[in-house]
Amino acid sequence: MRYLPHTSEDMASMLQKVGVESLDALFSTIPEDCRRKDDLNLPEPMSEWELNDHMNTLAGTMAVSPEYKVFLGAGSYDHYIPEAIKHLLMRSEVYTAYTPYQPEISQGTLQTIYEYQTLITRLLGMEVANASMYDGASSLAEALLMAIRITRRKKVAVSNAIHPLYRRVVQTYFAPTGYEIVEIPYLANGRTDLSALDNLEELAAVAVQSPNFFGCIEDLKEIGEKVHTAKKTLFVTCFTEPLAYGLLKSPGSLGADIVCGEGQSLGVSRSFGGPGLGIFASLNKYVRNMPGRLIGQTVDKDGKRGFVLTLATREQHIRREKATSNICSNQGLCATAATMYMASLGGTGFRELAGLNRDKAEYLKGELKKVGFTISFDSPTFNEFVAESPAGFETTYKKLLKRKIVAGLSLAPYYPELDDHYLFCVTETSSKEDMDALVKEVTS
Amino acid sequence: MKESVGTTGLIFNEPLLWEKGATGRIGFSLPRRDVDPCPLDDELKGGGPDFPDLSEQDVVRHFTRLSQWNFGVDSGMYPLGSCTMKYNPKTNERQASLPGFAGAHPLLPAELSQGVLKIMFDLEQYLAEITGLPAVTLQPAAGSHGELTGMMVISAYHKANGETRSKVLIPDTAHGTNPASAALCGFKSILVKSNDQGVLSPETIAEVMDEDTAAIMVTNPNTLGLFEENIKKVADIVHSKGGLVYGDGANMNAVMGIVNMKETGVDVLHLNLHKTFSTPHGGGGPGSGPICVTEELERFLPVPRVIEKDGKYELSENYPESIGKIHAFYGNFGVKLKAYSYILSMGANLKKVSQLAVLSANYIKESLKGVFHLPYDKPCMHECVFTDKNQEANKVSTLDIAKRLMEYGFHPPTIYFPLVVHGALMIEPTETESKEDIDHFIETMKAIADEAKKNPELLLEAPKTTKVRRLDEIAAARKPRLAG
Repeated sequence: MRYLPHTSEDMASMLQKVGVESLDALFSTIPEDCRRKDDLNLPEPMSEWELNDHMNTLAGTMAVSPEYKVFLGAGSYDHYIPEAIKHLLMRSEVYTAYTPYQPEISQGTLQTIYEYQTLITRLLGMEVANASMYDGASSLAEALLMAIRITRRKKVAVSNAIHPLYRRVVQTYFAPTGYEIVEIPYLANGRTDLSALDNLEELAAVAVQSPNFFGCIEDLKEIGEKVHTAKKTLFVTCFTEPLAYGLLKSPGSLGADIVCGEGQSLGVSRSFGGPGLGIFASLNKYVRNMPGRLIGQTVDKDGKRGFVLTLATREQHIRREKATSNICSNQGLCATAATMYMASLGGTGFRELAGLNRDKAEYLKGELKKVGFTISFDSPTFNEFVAESPAGFETTYKKLLKRKIVAGLSLAPYYPELDDHYLFCVTETSSKEDMDALVKEVTS
Repeated sequence: MKESVGTTGLIFNEPLLWEKGATGRIGFSLPRRDVDPCPLDDELKGGGPDFPDLSEQDVVRHFTRLSQWNFGVDSGMYPLGSCTMKYNPKTNERQASLPGFAGAHPLLPAELSQGVLKIMFDLEQYLAEITGLPAVTLQPAAGSHGELTGMMVISAYHKANGETRSKVLIPDTAHGTNPASAALCGFKSILVKSNDQGVLSPETIAEVMDEDTAAIMVTNPNTLGLFEENIKKVADIVHSKGGLVYGDGANMNAVMGIVNMKETGVDVLHLNLHKTFSTPHGGGGPGSGPICVTEELERFLPVPRVIEKDGKYELSENYPESIGKIHAFYGNFGVKLKAYSYILSMGANLKKVSQLAVLSANYIKESLKGVFHLPYDKPCMHECVFTDKNQEANKVSTLDIAKRLMEYGFHPPTIYFPLVVHGALMIEPTETESKEDIDHFIETMKAIADEAKKNPELLLEAPKTTKVRRLDEIAAARKPRLAG
């Protein structure tokens, strides 16, 4: 076996040193009644090329571009990932390293994540970002738990226009402790209905997503001002599409106290929903209540600049049950990819790419309108929007799947009141021809 | 002594990203504009982020240089106890990067995602076979996320029985994440001391176990590298009072094909695919922390679950007692795919993996015994724990030993953990290190012990040959600089 280097001679001499006669005898401390009675019943080992064939076959069953035209977003976006990033991520020193517990031989990871933290604060207009969380959903759950810790209140308000799967994760995180979630409805224009928000003083946090699940850009300034009329209540904003901040005002500049979300768009492949990148940022004054790892700048014995894991007294391995979270492994390699992606685009490229995403989505919006779709919400959008289909579209949708087009996401399973409504997403990877083909198929 | 693998060579200085570049550069291939611009209201429009503009080569050189300041499993032996830093097979990376997997959208209709659903379904079966626990969820994104999910399942179980229990027993040899995971579920941790043999004694458990205790969280093999030989009796005591047994399976690399976790009395067990099942750690993640449970607890597992109907796979939400979702989609699928690929490459050889991992750890233990203080002199599992007691007289500590090891080209072991041992050096060689490399490590450790006596300055001043020397961590925490 190519991953097991021990020859029979090696084993014999090692066993001799240990003073036992056989490999089985190494396990003498394990009581008989804890042992397996039979051998492992697993498939015969595959050779490297047999495995390639097997995996090629399985991968071949999947509907992916360029064969398929997939107009799906909803928290997972098709953005082009430069070859340079894929190559850099395959550098062994990067992906086969552990958490940088020994800083002298982990400066590569440490400087990269420090750069990640910095670029994220610049993107979101925040003061401090952590080294990553599991995904956008757990990031939101942890943000709300952080607000509960800071304010010592037990209730949060969450907009119904936040990704429905994120809200379900929050519910799961809250269930054992019984913290309360108040739902805030959305308006006919697709934005969060703030008039429904009362008793702010009781709330640890108010959470909204922008662009929200419907693609609509929320008026964060107005919401933030209302939330901050209550002295302690925190304004939490989340996102599924960080590229939007290439075009929009940053949540930090509009009054957010904690910003969290999914960073998959930033150079991470979709991989059937994971690994993604949980982004988490806040104001400096809350840093000691933040979950997750933080990298800080310092100097070495000779006064040279270097980076270390810092403020670890918040974390589980030191604070144990009083820690700000139980998170240990995070999504470091995805944060690394995001750093490379943000660096590859630069400020200039990021703005341009964001603009292009919006313009393309607006084009499809316009074309769908011409063929009988109604745009459900009239608020401005980024690269996603909701459209109500003409009668009988369900059959067309299935027909389109056969023609290798996934025409958006049906919202009925998530919002029963939005039967016949579909969430469409267009990124830079969809050409005008792709969109024209979709529109043509819809009408044919 | 054999020539050291650690040496000096040319590595490069490299500034921070924003200390480079010039406005107007780009390292990205922007697509041609084929639609008209559609301006956004000025009210909403921002200036965009203040990122440095760099060319593709600027970016490539930057991160190549940074990577050279790192130590990975591919650089050298990485005996980091409890972390199972085994070789990460390259074929796994190839499989995960296949466009059909890497490009798959998580909300594709089931008929267009049969391949990934089959992988998840089969992987669940394999992990059930390996652990002996029949029902599996792959949704947790890391080990501690698995712990949290497992404790949520335990909380839901007691709730379903109409009970609210407030406490969880946690041995002093458990992983540090355990108390934090229990706390997130509202449980109070009760610390349980292990006995002078480094394992739990049933008498101690009998004294503290009561009907207000929801569970015990046991890491087995524990963080001293010892098998909890009384686990079955401990489990019986906990079960007799209506509690459940949570097993931290981070150390499963020691016992694959040997122990049946269900037989030991464990009700919920998490695995770390990024340890036992060879997926890389990525400098901190992503991991994957599936949990395996008994038939009785299956109904509480997270949704959606992959099911098979007439040879077709689908995702089902039809589990009314489920704790719900703990990840937006299905966890770190790309990581699971690598573990699946590893299991298919190994098959029943996984038992050999555990045997060799345990052989190597015992070999190191026997070879370094006497040179370094061994607090528990008995057969170990996949890792062994020494201390710096013998070196104390020379005013040399575990930290100094660790730093000197770097100069010899080894990643240090886990240090100062577990907490039950003062000045711990926790060594886990894994099964993928060859006898020559292990011998070289042993020789090096002996040489360092010798230096500690004859020339302790070498250790106290180490490392000198790394990109940076020892860093001022106190200053970093006192005046945090977390962004540039």
